[in-house]
Amino acid sequence: MMKKWLLATGLLAIFALSNAQAETVFVTLEKDNAIAVVDPIAGKLLKTIHVGQRPRGIALSVDNKLLYIATSDDNTIRIIDTTTLKEVGQLPSDKDPETFSLSPDGKQLYVSNEDDNLVTVIDVAAKKSVKQIKVGVEPEGIAVSPDNQWVASASETTNMVHWINTKTLEIVDNTLVDPRPRAVAFTADSQQLWVTSEIAGSLTILDVKTKKILKTVKLEVQGVTAEKIQPVGIAIDKNRRFGYVAMGTANRVAVINAQTFAVEKYLLVGQRVWNLAFSPDQKRLYTTNGISNDISIIDVENQKVTKSIGVGRYPWGVVAKP
Amino acid sequence: MSLLHFLRAMWGIVGRELWRFIQQKERFISALVRPLIWLFVFAAGFRNTLGMAIAPPYETYILYEVYITPGLIGMIQLFNGMQSSLTMVYDREMGSMRILLVSPLPRWFLLICKLIAGTAVSILQVYVFLGIAWFYDIQAPLQGYLLILPALILDGLMLGALGLLLSSFIRQLENFAGVMNFVIFPLFFMSTALYPLWKIQESSALLHNLASYNPFSQGVELIRFALYGQFNQQAFIYTLAAFIIFMIAAIIGYTPSKGMMTRKGGD
Repeated sequence: MMKKWLLATGLLAIFALSNAQAETVFVTLEKDNAIAVVDPIAGKLLKTIHVGQRPRGIALSVDNKLLYIATSDDNTIRIIDTTTLKEVGQLPSDKDPETFSLSPDGKQLYVSNEDDNLVTVIDVAAKKSVKQIKVGVEPEGIAVSPDNQWVASASETTNMVHWINTKTLEIVDNTLVDPRPRAVAFTADSQQLWVTSEIAGSLTILDVKTKKILKTVKLEVQGVTAEKIQPVGIAIDKNRRFGYVAMGTANRVAVINAQTFAVEKYLLVGQRVWNLAFSPDQKRLYTTNGISNDISIIDVENQKVTKSIGVGRYPWGVVAKP
Repeated sequence: MSLLHFLRAMWGIVGRELWRFIQQKERFISALVRPLIWLFVFAAGFRNTLGMAIAPPYETYILYEVYITPGLIGMIQLFNGMQSSLTMVYDREMGSMRILLVSPLPRWFLLICKLIAGTAVSILQVYVFLGIAWFYDIQAPLQGYLLILPALILDGLMLGALGLLLSSFIRQLENFAGVMNFVIFPLFFMSTALYPLWKIQESSALLHNLASYNPFSQGVELIRFALYGQFNQQAFIYTLAAFIIFMIAAIIGYTPSKGMMTRKGGD
């Protein structure tokens, strides 16, 4: 009896343990027209699934059951079931969707339409386009604040961040930033907006309340020429201890103290690092390395790159599902 | 002769060597300066040359400093092996070797003791070097620092045996410059210490072959894998075989009736 009980609890413990560690990373592969499914704990590529032409932006639904993938050359956002990995629907994104952002409640999806200088607002449940907002030239980075008050949209050529009120869906304010802003990210408390500027090689931190620049951080790596420093993806941890910036062809991720805005470290990853995503527990950070065709895994606690895994051609976006 | 006798002799030789090393602060510092200059100056210039392809035991992209570190450990052991051969020649010239060789213990045992002494000194240097490298942000997994020890022992013995073998050929201290040019430099530069094999292959197939059959390369690879908690079987067998061959040759070289000593008319 005792033995059986022990065995049962033992098995349960093992099951719970393996369950707790289960995590799946999805990576869009721009050139392979597919997404890669990766087990980051085992460090293995599990499979690759064809999704559509030139998949780039990727996001998980709030309940983690669905994946939204912008297939840019198909001019649509595809919805994929995370368990069956089959397509279950599409969202009308209009032309050339590259990046998009889901509202914290999962009800709206905001898409940048680079060629038409628009932000398309989609009602996710109805799968309908609700509004198109005219923004600056070549909108790219887009993010919804965690408090669901603001949508920040950055235009690459206008060098501007547009502040869109989520209630009225109108631009309320604009902030001029360094040349060619690429990505935007809000801190978890919705107090700050971080913006990377590709040509300037800098990171600008904006105060959400005043819409003014708090600080501009110039990124420099010893031994790497300035034109190779092209910051793109941003990830900021929940407690706002550290922010991470993917530095493009500098092949590094900058570790930035999110309180003092000092660059603490540069971590070497694969070539042309583009986007970043945390694991659900924020213990790991995943990077997509476009030219070396792999993703790198960063141990957040020790600030060390532990492994790089080949995934397919031109990895672009990444998300991690618990 | 009892076992105690053997042990006492071994401690006498190893202890003397360690004592000599610790006493000579200049030697300690100069032994460290060499690999540190390579690390801080030479490697700094090549910071971005690697990081193109991931080769085992590495699982991700690394800076050149990280790559070169096991090679510099090999360098420390190589110079130590040669240094002990230098002291053998010196001892022979100064006459202190005669005291050693008149011992009733078998000659092969005395040579092995000498070898262990040299290896112990080199391991001491390696750990100090790794300690400094740690603060330079070259950090391997913690267990690697323990697992590297057997690899260091074998590599140290192999290079020490090579040094002994060479010392049986060298008659005078002045000839040691030749050892530098004809042994140390080719062994070090034609190896995987500075560049990975795939990189060498890109430039020359001949160089690639020379580097892959170079016992020093195999020793460095053994250390490199051990530092990252992995066992490189091929490198292990190759290093072990090289050690045995060098050791047997050195013992023959030091046997009065057969070796070089007679041919040179003894000392």
